[in-house]
Order: sequence, then structure tokens, then C-alpha cells
Amino acid sequence: MPANKFNGYTDYGIGIGLRIPHYEHILSRKPSVDWFEIISENFMVDGGRPLEVLDQILAQYQVVQHGVAMYFGAAAGPNKEHLRRLKTLTKRTKTPWLTDHLCWGSVDGTFSHDLLPMPYTFAAAKQTAANIRQVRDTLEIPIAVENVSSYTEFHVSEMTEWEFLSEVVELADCGILLDVNNIYVSAKNHGFSAYDYIDNVPHHRVAQMHIAGHTKFEKYILDTHDHPVLDPVWKLYAHATKLCGVTATLLEWDDKIPSFDEVHNEALKANEFIAQAREAKIPVPQKISRTKIR
Amino acid sequence: MWRVISRPLTADSRMQSRWTDGRATSTVAAQIAKPNDRLTSFERLEIYNRMYWFRVLDSLYEDCPGLRAVLGDTKFIRLAEAYLVKYPSGSFTLRNLPGRLAHFIRTTPRHTRPHTALCHDLARFEWARVEVFDTASRPLFTIDDLLDVPPARQGKLKLALQPYLQLLRLDYPVDDFILAVKQREAQLLRGEASNAPTEQRRLREKKTKRPPRARTHVAVHRLDSQIYFKRLEPAAYRILTALRAGATLEQALATGIPRAKKSRSDWAAKVQGWFRNWMELGWLCRRE
Ligand SMILES: [Fe+2]
Repeated sequence: MPANKFNGYTDYGIGIGLRIPHYEHILSRKPSVDWFEIISENFMVDGGRPLEVLDQILAQYQVVQHGVAMYFGAAAGPNKEHLRRLKTLTKRTKTPWLTDHLCWGSVDGTFSHDLLPMPYTFAAAKQTAANIRQVRDTLEIPIAVENVSSYTEFHVSEMTEWEFLSEVVELADCGILLDVNNIYVSAKNHGFSAYDYIDNVPHHRVAQMHIAGHTKFEKYILDTHDHPVLDPVWKLYAHATKLCGVTATLLEWDDKIPSFDEVHNEALKANEFIAQAREAKIPVPQKISRTKIR
Repeated sequence: MWRVISRPLTADSRMQSRWTDGRATSTVAAQIAKPNDRLTSFERLEIYNRMYWFRVLDSLYEDCPGLRAVLGDTKFIRLAEAYLVKYPSGSFTLRNLPGRLAHFIRTTPRHTRPHTALCHDLARFEWARVEVFDTASRPLFTIDDLLDVPPARQGKLKLALQPYLQLLRLDYPVDDFILAVKQREAQLLRGEASNAPTEQRRLREKKTKRPPRARTHVAVHRLDSQIYFKRLEPAAYRILTALRAGATLEQALATGIPRAKKSRSDWAAKVQGWFRNWMELGWLCRRE
């Protein structure tokens, strides 16, 4: 949705991830960009170059914080020190909403630095929703959770991934960062329909979308973020936009990063699909109550 | 699942086929993960196992060019893997990954013999470069601040050092060594770009020479967001470390300056020069 309570009633347009190889270009040329997404953990430091660059970016651009280590799915709940540092950063960036992943990634204080898939159980959904509420209440800003790409499924799962995502966001009353590339990757890896996924999540909760490139291997697809967006992902993006409305969109490009202009132009291709979706006269997504899956 | 994916890979970077209790790992994997029409449970978890190790090893590899140059890639990876088994990441950021590497090298010397002392210095130095990059800075101590202190009390003054400033007393001149390693890496990169095979081969064969043992004092600091190293005279190092430990100016000077033949006036000029330089570099800050 263009503006809703899950993205702080903003209408941010098309952004790209703020990445080190582009710092110099951005600071010296000041290109016009709707917004930048920053990885929160890169700036949860006490000083030095990261914060100096960030302050210069903040003086000129809209910034949204995206995390990779909150691990909403963690059984032990959010880490207090992590939350304290994150809150300090949100005060600096004034991010209108904050995103992180529907995953786990640390055990007893040891970090995997990965976004590990969750078992889709009711108990896990309940715990995750409680964690998200705790984060939102501490940070006092809207939260949107992102679906991750995955390469395995668990025997203990009791529902589909989209049912799990829906269950979590309804219980937490939070937003969704819909990563259409991740949906595509997981759909191929697990053999479900990406369209079924998108059709069945609560559209009125979508606060933001991610698009990205991936890499195909013989037996699976890897979410590499080192390519332009592939055609089937653009098609999914157009479909999601028809259902959810024109939503703040961000291109992720994290490896083999080309020039700033190349990344930005790739992101701006989203405009074509937004135009198509507009032509199809996007209805305002209705607040749909969740399908009963119990 | 965590135990499966954090377990070290085999020599050819695959998931180990035997579990810790002797069972086939495929049996353990099958209990956790569902297979699909293309991949077994083992293969699906192996994707995560490989991604975990590639990610943490790549991160250490990037952070430790000096250690790599001394040990060579194969020995370095063996050291890194043993280190990460003993001390896996305990932080939300990979930045902190090399934090205990120097300690590990000292307490587990078998991975770095016969260059353990050099490797220990390198690990300390490379960690100092991580620390100096994004540790906090405090408001500078200025000449005006100094003038605010009555002359009679200046000796009792307690000066603080910037938290980011790293002071190292080393057994090897690893600062010069790291510069040489970086230069070689840059040349290799340029060589790749210019595509001159003979030049490339010459560079690859010409390894950076290991430095001979020599007591070295270095400050790792930053200026305008860039990282720099600065050699310190032993007396300057002693004064700075005394200030950092909370000594007054008087005490720091007494600790730092040797009670030897040189006349006091020689030292006065020298020490004044140091302090002027340290203030210009922004190393001194106000006490909180
Ligand atoms: Fe994403």
C-alpha cells in the first residue's frame, strides 16, 4: 500500500540499498534517489567513518532501516543490548518504519550471520509475534517483517510459509516487507506457486517490497543479490503491486556491485510495472481477515 | 539444525558424512529436513553448512591480509577454521570476528609455528585496525582547555586519549610489513587488470619478506575517516599508555622519561613536540 500504518503513512517510491562502493559517488554527485535502505547493523557502532557517512546521507536523503540480526524467530526473544543500540540508531535516522526478517540465526549467543528458515508451527508463530511486539514497543516505530528465501523445509512444519507469515503478522499486528525475489526463489526450491503465496497474504499489511537478482543452479536457486532482477520476478512484482497497491520498493544488490547508475537504473525499471499495475486500476486492498487454518 | 550447519566442512568443502556419534549424517539430516524431488535432506542442509563456513572464513580472510601473507592460504584457512570452532561469532556483526584471534594464536601455537610470535603481533595489529575504524571519538582537548588550567595545577592534569586510538608494543615491525603486503595485493590487482602474464607471475612468486624481530611501538589512529599507523618512540609510548591508565601529566612524564644522562631541556623540547603533534592529530580529549 502506498501509505499505511505499517510504513508510518509514507509514500517513498523506489529506493536502493546504501552500499560502500557507492559512497563516493553519492556524496560527491548527490544523485536524486527517492530513498536509501541501510543495513542497521553496519551503523550500530559508536563512531568513525560509518556514522560520518550516515550523517551526510541523512542530511540529503530519506533513509529506512533494514536489519539482518534481530532474528524475530529467536526462541530466546530479542537481545536487550541489540535493541538498545538499534533504538539509538533509529533516533539518528528517524526511520519511519523498520524491517527485519522472519527467521532465526543465533543459538545461545553464537551467531550464524545467516537468515535461517523457521519451522512453520503455531507455537513458533506465537513466539515470533510476541518478539515483534516487544521490538515495536521498545523502538516505538512500525515494524514490517520480511519473508526469507530458503533451501530446506522441516518435518515439524504445520502450515505453508505464507500461512505462517500471515499468522505471525496478524498476531503481531505488524507490516510485511514482501520480498518477491525471495518468494520466487523459495517457490522454485520447494515446488509451490509463487502466485498462491502472493494471493494469500494480507495485502493491506504490505509496507514495502524488495526486488533482487538470484542465481540458478542445476538443482536449486540461490538468493545471491548479484544480478539484475529476472523477468519472472518482475512479473511477480507487477502482480503483487496489482494486489497491494503501489508500495515503497527497494532493489537489493549486495555482491558484484556495479556502478551506482547501473543499480539505480535497474531499480527504476520498477516504474514500468507500476504503470502497468496502475493501468489495471488497482483497487485499494481490503482488510481481509485471515483464512482460518486451525 | 544449528549443530549440523556449524560443523566444519571436509577438506573438499562438503558436509561431513559421519555425525559426531558415528551415525551417518544423512540419517540425522533426514530427521530434521524434508527431501524434495531434486535434493536429499543431507544436500539441503549442506547448502546451509557450506554457506555458514564460506561466510565466516571469507570475512576473516578479508580482515587478515598480514596473517595470510605469513602463513599462506592453506595454513591460514586451517588456523581460521580451528579458531572459529573454538570461538564462533558472538556478535551481531562480522566486524568482531577477529576479536579473539590473537589470544587463540598465543594459546594454541600449533597452527602458526614457527612464526607464532609474528602471527600474534599481526593478529593484534589487524584487530587494532578494525577497532580504530568505528570506535567512538570524544570532544578534543584544545589549547584553550589547557589555558583554563592554572599553571600550578597543570602537572596534576589528567588527560584522556581518544577511545579509538590503539597503542601497540610489538616484537616485530608489522606496520611496515602490512603496508608491503597491501602494496603487493594492489599490484596484483592492477596486474590482473592490465593482463600482463609475465609481470603477474613475477609478482606472485615474489612473496613479501617476513620482517626480522625488532621491538616496535605503534599508534593506530584515524584522521578524516582514514586509518593511519604512526611509529612512537618508546618514551612516547610509555607516556601515552600512562595517560590512558589514568595517570596525571606529571606522573605520565615521570614514567615515560628515562632518568638517564640526557639533560632535562633536551627532553622538554622533545616532549613538547610530541604533545603538540598529538593535539594536532586529535588524540587528546577531555575527560568525562
Ligand atoms: Fe530482501
